[in-house]
Amino acid sequence: MRFMDEYRSEADARKLLDAIERLVSRPWTIMEICGGQTHTLIKTGIDRMLPDAVTLVHGPGCPVCVTPLEMIDRAIAIARQPGVLFTSFGDMLRVPGSRTDLLSVKAGGGDVRIVYSPLDALKLAQRNPDRQVVFFAVGFETTAPGNAMAVWQARELGVRNFSVLCSHVLVPPAMEAILGSGENTVQSFLAAGHVCTVMGYREYEPIAERYRVPIVVTGFEPLDLLQGIYMALKSLEEGRWGVENQYSRSVTRDGNVAAQRLMGQVFETCDRPWRGIGLIPRSGYRLRPEFRDWDAEARFAVEGVQAQESPLCIAGQILRGTKKPHECGAFASLCTPEHPLGAPMVSSEGACAAYYQYHRARV
Amino acid sequence: MCLAVPGKVVEITPDALGMNMSKVSFGGVLKEVCLAYVPEVQVGDYVIVHAGFALSQLNEEEAMEVFALLNEIADTQAE
Repeated sequence: MRFMDEYRSEADARKLLDAIERLVSRPWTIMEICGGQTHTLIKTGIDRMLPDAVTLVHGPGCPVCVTPLEMIDRAIAIARQPGVLFTSFGDMLRVPGSRTDLLSVKAGGGDVRIVYSPLDALKLAQRNPDRQVVFFAVGFETTAPGNAMAVWQARELGVRNFSVLCSHVLVPPAMEAILGSGENTVQSFLAAGHVCTVMGYREYEPIAERYRVPIVVTGFEPLDLLQGIYMALKSLEEGRWGVENQYSRSVTRDGNVAAQRLMGQVFETCDRPWRGIGLIPRSGYRLRPEFRDWDAEARFAVEGVQAQESPLCIAGQILRGTKKPHECGAFASLCTPEHPLGAPMVSSEGACAAYYQYHRARV
Repeated sequence: MCLAVPGKVVEITPDALGMNMSKVSFGGVLKEVCLAYVPEVQVGDYVIVHAGFALSQLNEEEAMEVFALLNEIADTQAE
């Protein structure tokens, strides 16, 4: 397939690995903040093929994993209400809330459906005027343009039985939170290629400057990741910092301006708690007041939800990169994809799920 | 959630709101994709698609950059 197969050539990957081997003269720590990148790195074994001096740390790049527990419980409470048709992307369904998950609500007779696009949820609302259709809008900036469009279209078309439970999170504040933390060991970042396709990379420039770190906007195929890592290491070895763009076939400095414009009309920035990390100021989106009629949190009174994490789950440390999945006592024993204790084991982009799938035999 | 995939636009039709909807082929599998955020895209172009929305048009020239770098590295090694 074009624009895909070419970036998976083993021979070319070998060339880049050899170049990295020759380049590295001392230990370096690089973090990626994107579940998709984490997954490719582990699946292809790139994390194992890099020289020992290079440490890859997996950051909180899985939006499913960082969705606050209270939000999951809120979603479950809404999905249980009579007349509600609850829609979501697939991997949210098995994320454990305090007591249960959306899939169990579905199994118990709740109308919970997986959709491919928020526009599908809007269509369901148009076709089922007697139902309250809710869409669980979870994601980084990559997903925001689509969600903004669904809400905006709902208003344009006068669809009143549609609402969105919004739990968007933003990458740059998370990057700053990590860099600003006392225990930080990360010296360079791979920035998420599709987040930057939407947002551009201007907002990373002041971060690179303030903390003197190289940040490389990187794609998702094996060659993209190896090239991004190579570029980061080259900057580190040469003592340079700033933002570079490896994924230039999709990313420009300004990003997708049309998407940003609509997002700005529908969303505003807000503080958000990140599951396992805590509150990060101005790190999320919520619906603007003029779209309150399509805001599920306003429409459904679901206050007083008492959230309780599993005492065994160390998701927070996994998401901050201070522990690896196989270092968790419950990994692959009490916690598996079939009965997960926490979000990183459920999500297709979670580090624990990736380790379980690809590394279990070797750890 | 970051997972977006490249596909080829095979058909474009405006929808009720005047926005371009399209059929995009992912190695033969056709999916419906909204082109509202990439208005200049034509049939035959490649786009990056996430959750039913095209977010960017793939730039062929830039796409070759990865391989240009590889050749550079190979040349350096040959010296």
